[in-house]
Amino acid sequence: MYMILMQAAPSLMSVISAPVLIIGGMGLLFGLILAIASKVFEVKLDPRVEQIIAALPGANCGACGAAGCAGYADAIVNSDTQINLCAPGGPVAVEAIAKIMGKSAVAAEKKVAVIHCSSGGTNNTKWKYAYQGIESCRSAVNIADGPNLCTWGCIGFNDCEKACVFDAISVDSEGMRHIDNDKCTACGACVTACPRKLITLVPVNRNVYIKCSSKAKNPLAKQLCGTERPCIACGLCSRKCPVQAITVENNLASIDYDKCIDCGLCATVCPTKAILDKKAGMRKKAEIEAEKCIGCTICAKICPTKAITGEIKQLHVIDKDTCIGCEQCVQKCPKKAITMV
Amino acid sequence: MGYIGEIFVMAMTAIFIQNFVLARFLGLCPYLGVSKKLDSAFGMGMAVVFVMTMASAFTFVIYKYLLVPYNLLYLQTIAFILTIAALVQFVEMVIQKNAPALYKSLGVYLPLITTNCAVLGVAILNTKAMRTDGITAYNFLDAVLNGFFSGVGFTFVLLAMAGIRERLEFVDMPKSMRGMPIALILAGIMALAFYGFMGFKI
Repeated sequence: MYMILMQAAPSLMSVISAPVLIIGGMGLLFGLILAIASKVFEVKLDPRVEQIIAALPGANCGACGAAGCAGYADAIVNSDTQINLCAPGGPVAVEAIAKIMGKSAVAAEKKVAVIHCSSGGTNNTKWKYAYQGIESCRSAVNIADGPNLCTWGCIGFNDCEKACVFDAISVDSEGMRHIDNDKCTACGACVTACPRKLITLVPVNRNVYIKCSSKAKNPLAKQLCGTERPCIACGLCSRKCPVQAITVENNLASIDYDKCIDCGLCATVCPTKAILDKKAGMRKKAEIEAEKCIGCTICAKICPTKAITGEIKQLHVIDKDTCIGCEQCVQKCPKKAITMV
Repeated sequence: MGYIGEIFVMAMTAIFIQNFVLARFLGLCPYLGVSKKLDSAFGMGMAVVFVMTMASAFTFVIYKYLLVPYNLLYLQTIAFILTIAALVQFVEMVIQKNAPALYKSLGVYLPLITTNCAVLGVAILNTKAMRTDGITAYNFLDAVLNGFFSGVGFTFVLLAMAGIRERLEFVDMPKSMRGMPIALILAGIMALAFYGFMGFKI
C-alpha cells in the first residue's frame, strides 16, 4: 500500500517544481517582454487631452465637427483647433479649456434650433395620400416626395425629436414640435435629421423667424400649405426691413441674422403671417431722459424708422408711434440717456 | 483529399457548421454587445480574426513544446490565458506605436478580446481537433488556419447580427421588446437557422 502511494505520488517537490517553474517562467518572461515593450513602444500622451476630455460634456454629439469629445480634445491640443466649438458645453466648457490650454476664452454666440415651417401637425397639414409605413420622416419622404402636399413642408413623424439627445424638442397634443430654448444646445443633430432641411440654427437673442421653407410660386404655396401661412415671396418684408437683412430668393424670404436687429417690423407687414415674431406686442418703446441727453444726434442717425428727431446740441424726442422698439439707440447712446419703457 | 480540400473542410466547418457563436455558443458577450452598429461590428470582427490567428499560433507552440512534454495538461487553461493576455497586450503596444490608424479602428476592441472565451476556445479546441481522416492531429499550420477561419466565422455572424439589428431600429415594436430582448430572440432564431448547417457532411 505504502509502495503504491510512493509510486503514484512522487516527492512533493518534484510534483510542484515543474509546473511552478514553467508557468512562473512563462509569466516572468511575458512580464519582462511587456515591460521592455512598454518602454520601446511608448507613445507619449499629452495630459492636456485627458483634462480637456474631462472638461467637455461627453455628449459625443459631433457639433464641433470632430468625431466625439475625445476627437475634439485631441484636435484642440494637436491641430490647434478653435476652443469654442463645443455647443453643449457652452461658455463653461470654453473657459475650462481656455484654462487648460492657456488661451483666452472667446465664447461662441449661443444659438438655438428653429423649425422653418408652421405646418406638420395632425390638424394643420394637407395630405397627398395616407402614408402607412415606417414612422420616420426619412422613410416617408422617399415615397412620392412625402405624404404631405407641400414638398418643402414638415412631414410630422418627428425625426428631429428622436435625434435630440438633450430632450429639447417636445411634441404637443396636436402633433406640433416645440423647441425648448433653454435645453437646446445647438448641437445640430436635428438639423441633419430633418430630411426637408427645415431646421436652422439661429442666435438665441433673435425672436423673428420665417416660418416657411416653401419655394412654391404664388398662389401654389398657399394652396399647398396646411396652415395657409406660407411665404408667397411678395417681398414686402424685404422692402420694409430697416437694415436690409431680408432677401427673397427662389420664391422664399430669408433673414440674414448677422444684419437683423430683431425689430419685428417684417412680422407686422407680412400679409400671410408667415413671419413669426415671438416678442410681438412685448417690445418696449424707447424714451430719452432729458437731463442726460447732450444732443449728439447719434440716436437719430441710427434709428431705422427715423422716429428720433432733434437739432444738434438740443434735446431729442422719440415719436412713440414710429418707434419699433429695436433698442438700437439704447446701445449707441454714449450717455446712456435712452431707456426702454 | 488533398491539403486544399482539407483547408476547405476546415473553413466550412469553422464558418458554418461549427460556428463559434451559433453552434458552440462561445463569444456571446461581444455578439450581443458590439452588434448595434455595422462599422463597430466590423472593427470588432477584424480584431477577433487577428487575435484568434495569433493566439492559435502561440498557444499551439506552448502546448506542443511545454505542456505536453512536461505532462502539464491540467494547466492548459491558465497557461493559454496567460499567453493570450500577454500577446494581446504586446500587439496593442506595437500597433499603437507603429500603426496609429489601425490602432484607432481596432484599439478599442483589443482589450475586450483579451479574455474572450472564443479566443481561449479556439486555442483549446485546436489541441483536440482532428483532420477529416479522424486520426491526424492538427499541425501548426492547421491550427493557425483554424484560428483564422473561426475568426472569420465569428465576424460573419457578428456582421449579420449587426445588419439585422440596424434595420430592427426602424421596426414599430412594443417598447419593452426594444434593445436586448429582441436581440436575444434574434440570436435564438439565427442559431436555429445555423442548426440547419449541422446536417452537412463534408
